[in-house]
Amino acid sequence: MLQRESCLLGVTSVQCGTAKFERVASLLPLAAPLATLALMRLFIISALAALVVHLPSARAERLNIGVSQYAASLNQLLEASVAQSYLLGMIARPLTFYDADWNLVCGICLRLPTFENGLAERRPLDDGSTGIAVTYELKPDLKWDDGTPVTSKDLKLAWEIGRDRDVGALVGESFRRILEVTLVDEHTITFLVDRVLFNYNASGLIPMPAHIEGPIYRDDPKTYATRTSYDAAPNTPGLSFGPYRIVEARAGSDILLERNPTWAGKQPIFDEVKLVTINNTAALEANLLSGSIDMIAGEFGVAVPQALAFQKRHGDDYQILFRPSLAYEHIDLNLDRPFLKDRRLRQALLFAIDRQSIVDRLFGDKQPVATSNVSPLSPDYTDQVPQYPYDPEKAASLLEEAGWTLDGKVRKNAAGESLILTLGTTAGDRTRELVQQVLQSQWRQVGIEIRIQNSPARTFFGQQVRERRYGDMAMFAWFAAPDSIPRTTLRSSEIPTEENGWSGQNYTGYDNPEVDRLIDEMEITIDADARKVMWAELQRIYMTDLPVLPLYWRATAFVLPKWLGNVHPTGNLSPTTYWIEDWTRN
Amino acid sequence: MLRYITQRLLESLIVLLLVSLATYLLLGLMPGDPVDLLISGDPNLTSEDAARLREAYGLDRPIFERYLGWLGQALQGEFGYSRHFSRPAVVVLNDAVWVTLSVAAPALILALVLAIPFGLLAAGRQGGWLDQTINLSALISLSLPTFWLAIMLIYLFAVELRWLPAGGMGEGFSGRLEHLLLPVSVLALSLAGVFLRFTRAAAAEVLGQDYVRTAKAKGVSRVGLMLRHVLPNAALPLITLSGLQLGALFSGTLIVEILFRQLGMGRVLYDAVLGNDYNLALVALMLTTAATLIGNLLADLSHAWLDPRITLR
Repeated sequence: MLQRESCLLGVTSVQCGTAKFERVASLLPLAAPLATLALMRLFIISALAALVVHLPSARAERLNIGVSQYAASLNQLLEASVAQSYLLGMIARPLTFYDADWNLVCGICLRLPTFENGLAERRPLDDGSTGIAVTYELKPDLKWDDGTPVTSKDLKLAWEIGRDRDVGALVGESFRRILEVTLVDEHTITFLVDRVLFNYNASGLIPMPAHIEGPIYRDDPKTYATRTSYDAAPNTPGLSFGPYRIVEARAGSDILLERNPTWAGKQPIFDEVKLVTINNTAALEANLLSGSIDMIAGEFGVAVPQALAFQKRHGDDYQILFRPSLAYEHIDLNLDRPFLKDRRLRQALLFAIDRQSIVDRLFGDKQPVATSNVSPLSPDYTDQVPQYPYDPEKAASLLEEAGWTLDGKVRKNAAGESLILTLGTTAGDRTRELVQQVLQSQWRQVGIEIRIQNSPARTFFGQQVRERRYGDMAMFAWFAAPDSIPRTTLRSSEIPTEENGWSGQNYTGYDNPEVDRLIDEMEITIDADARKVMWAELQRIYMTDLPVLPLYWRATAFVLPKWLGNVHPTGNLSPTTYWIEDWTRN
Repeated sequence: MLRYITQRLLESLIVLLLVSLATYLLLGLMPGDPVDLLISGDPNLTSEDAARLREAYGLDRPIFERYLGWLGQALQGEFGYSRHFSRPAVVVLNDAVWVTLSVAAPALILALVLAIPFGLLAAGRQGGWLDQTINLSALISLSLPTFWLAIMLIYLFAVELRWLPAGGMGEGFSGRLEHLLLPVSVLALSLAGVFLRFTRAAAAEVLGQDYVRTAKAKGVSRVGLMLRHVLPNAALPLITLSGLQLGALFSGTLIVEILFRQLGMGRVLYDAVLGNDYNLALVALMLTTAATLIGNLLADLSHAWLDPRITLR
């Protein structure tokens, strides 16, 4: 314990008391100016050094890309984030992916398996059902960056690890649908899948280096996730087979890549690529303007409003590309709530909001209005569905029809209940909060009062949405792959309940047997034309019933230097880095 | 002295244990778990996937059971794996601690170097224009939001003048120094105001004491008076404040770390809490608590060392 001695506060005693302090204090007159001088000197030297070594980034052989997220894991089986797929696009490639025109194309396969070319065939299964055998032929010139050829064994290992319950891979269920894997030869592999799905030949599987990851996995599958070389030592030679390989990875910060000498495809123009993680938009912009980074990746960089603001200020110095994506911003309606059970009210809600004006004014018309749950860029999209242009009069008439009459500023029903609805979203998301305010104002004009109930993302998604305790309406986005069937979000079996442990993502509680049937049929219908008809029917029902209020399709914004060319945003989940070897310096 | 230090360290261990329990329970009681965050934006993740992942992460067990499991491992030196960084939590924090120290320590020193002379100067010229100017500067330093100051300095030195990098860690020793200048300056400037106000107030109080008047009467020079009589007595509250700041700096440099891309303790802790990274958040919070406790202990020891009237028991 501290205890003061009872010495007198006289000069003598203080002098006595300060004896030790003087050792320190005597240095202070010198320390302060010396430290200040040293800091100033350091500052000047650094500034001069920075001036001398600063080269125009356009001439640098390294391309510095600013991104807003760092992939938690570089192992494809343990994470599925945009940050990870952006990186993997440079060091590896999947079997197949969707190109910028949304066509399924080969990544590392020679040709897409089809029934016509004999690489896909139906097979009877032991339980009497019908499965499908899909054969992929690997490109023969693929090599890991340590010189080891990429073979079918590497694909088989990815499947083994992915399906192993002990590993905890992210989408393990899709791996478990593959019942059997046959290595036909070094470069040919056949997957026996337990059902014939429409997208039977699409596979995002990326080979895992069997000569490196195999022993680590087999040593102890339960701890594989904590020992995988992709995270423990990502610069280990042999983990990359794309145009680049990892030189250095600072977890949570930067990743430096260099040209992969074993890449037999077209050579990329940059010797090195560095991914620089900057979480803050203002800092991202400042780094771009200062030349610390050359570009901002659109896949996970700045939001459209920030990109538009940047374009106004610096549009002459940079090229800014916008591309609508598959992020579907919408409002889930809780169909268990008494008011919202009435379809006329749901339709009135949509007629009462001016979505075109919202996307025009807030997003510079870069984000298209969602007219259904299918992106207008998708081949499955149809505009032959009920349309909901801004029509407050129509909204009012539907409300009257539903028994909601205007009484003062807010409508009331026959029971005297006011038409007050709650609207929740993720607190702190400035764009959503802005849209929310516009919606509140527009709904008020037709006599609908909105109570805003926002929560932090983890509360909003982790509890309110997941357990369907979000009140009346919840605004958020879904991300999906092209052709993705909305089973988890629309099928009645996917309604989260306490009994099923709140599993499923049909948060509206939508239950329509016809939609259930369509979803089941669509999944197993191979014929594209027949499926398109079903998609059209699904969209028609969706836009008639309106379990969800579609808002807009989010766009991605790419901020690129003028000298960088041939970067083609896809809008789907394929990152632009799948074509990094085609990027040019103008 | 040794007995005192041992006793304080034992008390600290108890505090750390309680902090670990409180942190674990609080994190567990927060809505949502890591799997909820994963499925929140991905409709392709099936219910089976979610259930399997919860089992794999041990999230299907009661929280107290999970805590006891973690504690048992921690007592054996195994602090778990960071899900967010895919590395052992200790390894992540080991790197982060050095980053934070490389920013916070020079900032603390620079702040003291600025605050002490100017604080003494202001106290010695109470009410004069110099005092008012220094006071105003201190107030500006206290009032300026750190993020605003950081952005302004980035725009000035990195964007307009292009003298310094806008952020990042830098490569090599000189690269690191170059990348430290702006974050250290921002942090030092924001700290200097508090230290300056403390120094001035403490020095002003000491200047009114009898022994200072006596020293003046004996002809001690102004500089000698300040350095030998005023500063030693005025330094004690400053030491306490520095000790407390050590803990705060350890976890509280988040804004500076985000804006200048320094992957230090603040950012790691922030990411860990938001990402439901239990192991990392727990160890990081315990480390922050330990830093605060050590800071206090060092402040107490410094008091005793500098002031013979204080005895440690």
